[in-house]
Amino acid sequence: MTELDPDLARDGPELTGVELDRRLTAAWRRQPGLIGWLSTTDHKEIGKRYIVTAFVFLALAGVLGLVMRAQLARPESGLITADRYNQIFTMHGTTMMFLFAVPVMEAMAIYVIPLMLGTRNMTFARLNAFSYWMYLFGGTMLWVAFVLNTGPDAGWFSYTPLSGPEYAPGKRVDIWAQMITFTEVSGLAAAVVMATTILKQRAPGMTLAKMPIFAWSMLVVALMIIFALPAVALDSGMLLSDRLVGTHFFNPYEGGDALLWQHLFWFFGHPEVYIIFLPATGFISELVATFSRRPVFAYPAVVVSLCATGLLAFGLWVHHMFATGLPRLGFAFYTAASLTVSIPTGVQIFCWIATIWLGRPQFRVPMLWVIGFIVTFVIGGLTGVMLASVPLDLQLHDTYFVVAHFHYVLIGGAVFPLLGAVTYWFPKATGRMMSEALGKLSFAVTFVGFHLTFFPMHITGMMGMPRRVYTYPAGMGWGTLNMISSIGAAILAFGVLLFVINIILSFRAGRVAGANPWEAAGLEWATTSPPPVYNFPHLPAVASRTPLWDEGEGLPVTTGLRVDDRELLSVTIIDAIPSVREPSPKPTIWPLLSAIAIGVTFVWSIFTPWALVFGLVPSAIALTIWFWPKNPDVPPEPEID
Amino acid sequence: MRKLRPLLACLALSGCHGRQVMLGAAGRDGSMFANLWLVFLIVTLVFYALVLIGLVWAILRRREGGEPATRTGLLVWVGVISVTLAGLSIASWLVDRNMNRAPFTGLTVEITGHQWWWDVRYTSADPSQTLRTSNQLHLPAGMPVRVILKSADVIHSFWIPNISGKQDLIPGRTNDIVITPEKVGLYRSQCAEYCGLEHAHMAFDVTVEPLADFEKWWAQGLLPARAPVTPLQKAGYAYVTTRECSTCHNIAGTPATGQVAPDLTHLASRLSLGAGTYPMNSGHLAAWVADPQSAKPGNKMPVIGLEPDQLNAVVSYLESLK
Repeated sequence: MTELDPDLARDGPELTGVELDRRLTAAWRRQPGLIGWLSTTDHKEIGKRYIVTAFVFLALAGVLGLVMRAQLARPESGLITADRYNQIFTMHGTTMMFLFAVPVMEAMAIYVIPLMLGTRNMTFARLNAFSYWMYLFGGTMLWVAFVLNTGPDAGWFSYTPLSGPEYAPGKRVDIWAQMITFTEVSGLAAAVVMATTILKQRAPGMTLAKMPIFAWSMLVVALMIIFALPAVALDSGMLLSDRLVGTHFFNPYEGGDALLWQHLFWFFGHPEVYIIFLPATGFISELVATFSRRPVFAYPAVVVSLCATGLLAFGLWVHHMFATGLPRLGFAFYTAASLTVSIPTGVQIFCWIATIWLGRPQFRVPMLWVIGFIVTFVIGGLTGVMLASVPLDLQLHDTYFVVAHFHYVLIGGAVFPLLGAVTYWFPKATGRMMSEALGKLSFAVTFVGFHLTFFPMHITGMMGMPRRVYTYPAGMGWGTLNMISSIGAAILAFGVLLFVINIILSFRAGRVAGANPWEAAGLEWATTSPPPVYNFPHLPAVASRTPLWDEGEGLPVTTGLRVDDRELLSVTIIDAIPSVREPSPKPTIWPLLSAIAIGVTFVWSIFTPWALVFGLVPSAIALTIWFWPKNPDVPPEPEID
Repeated sequence: MRKLRPLLACLALSGCHGRQVMLGAAGRDGSMFANLWLVFLIVTLVFYALVLIGLVWAILRRREGGEPATRTGLLVWVGVISVTLAGLSIASWLVDRNMNRAPFTGLTVEITGHQWWWDVRYTSADPSQTLRTSNQLHLPAGMPVRVILKSADVIHSFWIPNISGKQDLIPGRTNDIVITPEKVGLYRSQCAEYCGLEHAHMAFDVTVEPLADFEKWWAQGLLPARAPVTPLQKAGYAYVTTRECSTCHNIAGTPATGQVAPDLTHLASRLSLGAGTYPMNSGHLAAWVADPQSAKPGNKMPVIGLEPDQLNAVVSYLESLK
């Protein structure tokens, strides 16, 4: 190799290969050791931590699900007390929704999206790290409280006035509400990072019309989070204020309104379902395309469907409140809106099946999850159509039929695609393939266990069993069905366990994967597995929706970014024309310290409102240091000829 | 097989006469629900079958090509879904319009939800005819009844699945629902909104009977409690009306006039105890009075700590309250 000009600070045809790797690694790597580990701003590290944490919460909440199934397996069972059961079902729902389902989708995107877009890191990399720490602290606080028998017990929806100061004394509901605050801060931070990354950091040439569908789904989801989370932030803030300083927002006897809680909660809560579901549809689109060896059929229709779902999701919340006695005329609107949302979903289902039909499908493990998803999720979608109808909902509402419905939607519609996506991107993140045999086995066991658990619940519900009961009388005829569900739950748990075992075994000794083991088309497969810390030696440029299928080895690249410092390429929002080179922040411990300061403030404020005053000081100090303008310590750039 | 399962469930349910089932069709709304549900079930099964057929066909097809036809297919699919959904919307709306529309006949019941029991008042223009009871509902068959729903504490939900859909009881608001029971029989209602610790034990019995029986029941309900006869009952009467019990419970015609707990005037004529927790019999009555916290932990009735002879006397008196 010829001697390089030591002052040459940009990649290009002259600076490539090993020397480029050395310089980029030097610029992008973090310090080794604990401090470095805690300071990282690398989206891959943050994404992996997020995913692992979310799966830990899945396991914890899953165990709670098993405990509930054990209690309900037989009528009048005394395995656990009413108080413990109520904590457990609250913790199960809260953990699954707030600490697993939403974060894990963001987590997958945090890992994958920058690779898919062909960039080196996310925008606001430190905010990304901060988002993870806030999530971790909020979840930890909730679970520590639960272990100390202070777990919330008012349901994951915490309806007032049951969750208000009069009927929920003690700190249980405060813990719940403050956990919401943590996840709001974390979720909003992640959403801002996600939306800006997708809009501004795409590879040159990757116009909005050529963006991977998963990126589209995450863009829609990020915008949904930004619009939906403030509603629950306001709601839980008002609840905390009712509980902590004696306001009366939800106290009907002092001019408050118990139903206000439900409106604000479901204005967030219904979009939340789509915030979980849309990324899963993004996974499905990626998997279907790769394993059918062709692009997804009718890309514009799929993208329009994603956007339409995102918009319609905000017009459905009253269908959770049909029994509350709101004016009947308005209900017709929410029925129609709820049914309308099945049109875009129906379009997507059609497009995926058409993609398989038009392509040459390969039934690898991720594709099995896709098929499992379609077979399962459609049942959940169709029971959703039933629930949208006011007369049907007034019967089905708050029974086990609804429990069956949303587990079909959330497990069939989101967890199945997630497990497929994890199998799919596992080789990218670890460099090793997951075992096909074990993968097929875990799919089969999970699939059978799932249906055995949740299908009978449709019938249990029709037979009149309400939700959220810790036990039921023997004479109701619900015993057999509940026993079947409980046996199914054990099988389902075993299937998920097999999946985790597969991950652990494959991580240690899986077959080594090349850069593109599935021969997929997306940019994330254009770099090595696992990717270097800087993701791409030269940023790729794209001219089609399936760059690797169209360009193969000869993927065009963009050159000219600094190699001696962290630099990203910003592009125009619609056409992805390079517009500016932007510095990317270096690792720092301050997002963590800020999260600690703010976290302490949040936890402290459960006990006294003064925490918000005194906690402001360390929080402000930490944030000030984090945001303090840094003196760029890099040498000025050399002249360009 | 999976496609068939909901259908089998439907058949199985219509064959069994459960006391708390949705397809019991024992009331006007319940029947309309059953019909509409069948429509939705058939339509959704058809669509599920279409999706599965499409999926299987796509998997089995061994060649490529055919994009133009698929494009047409997408348009047709969107059209079919849209028209079907519009149809379902309209069907749902028409049914909804007809529910809750029964002509008002003047029978009004006011139900107030408490953690975790139901306070029931049959109101009448003549206050002397107003009947208070708890944890049970008697309804005349074939007559629309307006049920006014209030809550004394948190949100509960009123639901007699065999007869009608749900309506919430919300503190600070007054809801109502018109239900028309049609088939004579015994049904069970259970609170359908999570309302705290003992949500699982907040049920009540519903007796739908011919109008004449209903009127007889009402007239009997207005009578004061029976006077104690045996010495044991008299001892129980003395205890109940002078000690802890009377601070919370009301027994019409006696000095026990507490209003914060279920009315006991004709307790022994009810079918269950503790808001549907136990069937009514002397064993369960004794168990409840001795330790109400063991059957339904957390309910608001404290453990009094009665001596065995006191317990016997109290139970004997309560049993006489037919």
